[in-house]
Amino acid sequence: MIDVGSVRSAGASRTRSRLWRRIMHKPVGIAAFTVLVVIILAVIFLPQFIEHSPTRTNPRAILQPPSASHFLGTDELGRDVFARILAGGRVSLAVGLFSMLVGLTLGIIIGGTAGYFGGRVESVLMRIVDTFMAIPTFFLILVIVTSFGNHPVTVIVTVGLGFWAQMARVANAEFKRFKSHDFVEASRALGGTHVRIMRRHIMPQVLPQAIVLATLGVGWAILTEAALSYLGLGIQPPLASWGNMLQNAQGYLWRAPILAVWPGVFIAATVLSFNLLGNALRDLLDPRS
Amino acid sequence: MADYIFKRLIQGVVVLFLVSLLTFFLINLAPGGPSSLIDFQSTAAEREARLARFGLDKPVHERYLSWLGGVVQGDLGTSINQGLPVGQLLRQRLGTTLVLAVTALVLASVFGLVLGVAAALNRDRWPDHVVNFISTLGMSVPNFWFGIVMIIVFAVWLGVLPAGGSSTIGRAFSLTDRIRHLVLPAGVLAFSLMPNVVRVARAAVLDMLSADFVRTARAKGLRERSVMLKHAMRNAMVPVVAILGLVATVLFSGSVVIESVFGWAGIGRLAIEAANGRDYPVILGVTLIAGTIVVVINLLVDLLYAVIDPRIRHD
Repeated sequence: MIDVGSVRSAGASRTRSRLWRRIMHKPVGIAAFTVLVVIILAVIFLPQFIEHSPTRTNPRAILQPPSASHFLGTDELGRDVFARILAGGRVSLAVGLFSMLVGLTLGIIIGGTAGYFGGRVESVLMRIVDTFMAIPTFFLILVIVTSFGNHPVTVIVTVGLGFWAQMARVANAEFKRFKSHDFVEASRALGGTHVRIMRRHIMPQVLPQAIVLATLGVGWAILTEAALSYLGLGIQPPLASWGNMLQNAQGYLWRAPILAVWPGVFIAATVLSFNLLGNALRDLLDPRS
Repeated sequence: MADYIFKRLIQGVVVLFLVSLLTFFLINLAPGGPSSLIDFQSTAAEREARLARFGLDKPVHERYLSWLGGVVQGDLGTSINQGLPVGQLLRQRLGTTLVLAVTALVLASVFGLVLGVAAALNRDRWPDHVVNFISTLGMSVPNFWFGIVMIIVFAVWLGVLPAGGSSTIGRAFSLTDRIRHLVLPAGVLAFSLMPNVVRVARAAVLDMLSADFVRTARAKGLRERSVMLKHAMRNAMVPVVAILGLVATVLFSGSVVIESVFGWAGIGRLAIEAANGRDYPVILGVTLIAGTIVVVINLLVDLLYAVIDPRIRHD
């Protein structure tokens, strides 16, 4: 009798080492991943080690240039810019991650259901998706924020809602593609329920694409939150976010242009890393491209 | 063809109807919806008068129907904060946005096409990598921050371009003045749109290069120039045209932000002002107009697509 377990594990370890070798051929992706890990660890742990608070004002030390005590200088209220960048990074990254999760979950459930069942279910659900696609994302977000306010949780859900329709289109196409495959038919013949088939059999096939889109989606969500907060409609002061720091800084373009540089550099570095990582993952996980 | 046009028109109308339904009910059923207009220091009679003036004393479905009835006849309601018809506000602002949007779209298409084609023809060599890097950068750099940096460089440091506005206030119309004001916002907006075009153009040209009919054209002994221009490029344009619908949506979102950075009084700015001032009729009107423009552009793109590619209309 063949020992199925050992065969499988040998196969798995061979696949894993091949995957590992292919990962090593993606230096840009590795660099992007490293930058992200550094930024994420920094915003989580560094605030405990720096002496300045992101919200304590100091009227005797406003708009100071970078120094040994204030790495990135101080803002118009004498707050330490580095401490604010870290605090803002926590908010921006958290909003980005959770919004993406909201959009991804909603998109996969609705788009997947539409693709799996087809027919009337699909036409109704996809017409809703079309509706969301027809409203330019930012207007949709403005409508929601105007009516539901800008509590951080609302901002997360809102940004996620700006992203789900795109995800739903992809999930729809993918579920449609896999639903007539033999392994799905087999599971159905064995009495598998619709939910089980979608979750256990189709979802794993769609996962690679979902991971890629999720990675790119976080970048998009961080950009959107930043723009929203920059316009004064997202995260509200005194809670710092990279976007509302930029809004503040625009009032001091002539006196302290450097204030407008830092938050943008961090947004750009983070989003660029997510995008580069997403592209590397696409090459790695999606054999068709 | 007539069937296809009819089918797409009906679909467009259905989507617009759903857009109106979605935005209206999102705004009106929210906990902080129009009823928050009520100022608690006023007397009961004043409150009722105010509610009645904006029709808020009626149930929500009645309000929707009367609003929709007005919209169908071209009446988008009255701004709460400015007291002017929403249609008039939109007409005042739409031109400014269109100037910005169309310029940015043209810039993005031209540069996006050139870069995308250059990347495809030099696949996996350095021009491809440079273009790929530029377009990833365009996707990643926040456009409003890029705008601020451009203001710092060109207005604060070099002092060669104005920092904002769509024209110098108090000066008679002058084309050079308008163009000087347009350079930065349109350039910044185009930079953030370009990656969409680059990506599709590159993929399309690559597809065409390995297509059978291109190989046939080469095998016939046609000159490379004519193979590229007449056979490959021409067909590669089709998917590029097809994404203009998507680009239009991104364009609108981008112009909301860019208009704020550069202080342009367009409909994006109007939407922000309305959102900050909780001016519901204006938000509704702006969203509906933006949705309509997107739906119409998508319809035109689909029709154009069907004209170019006969397979679509028989689907």
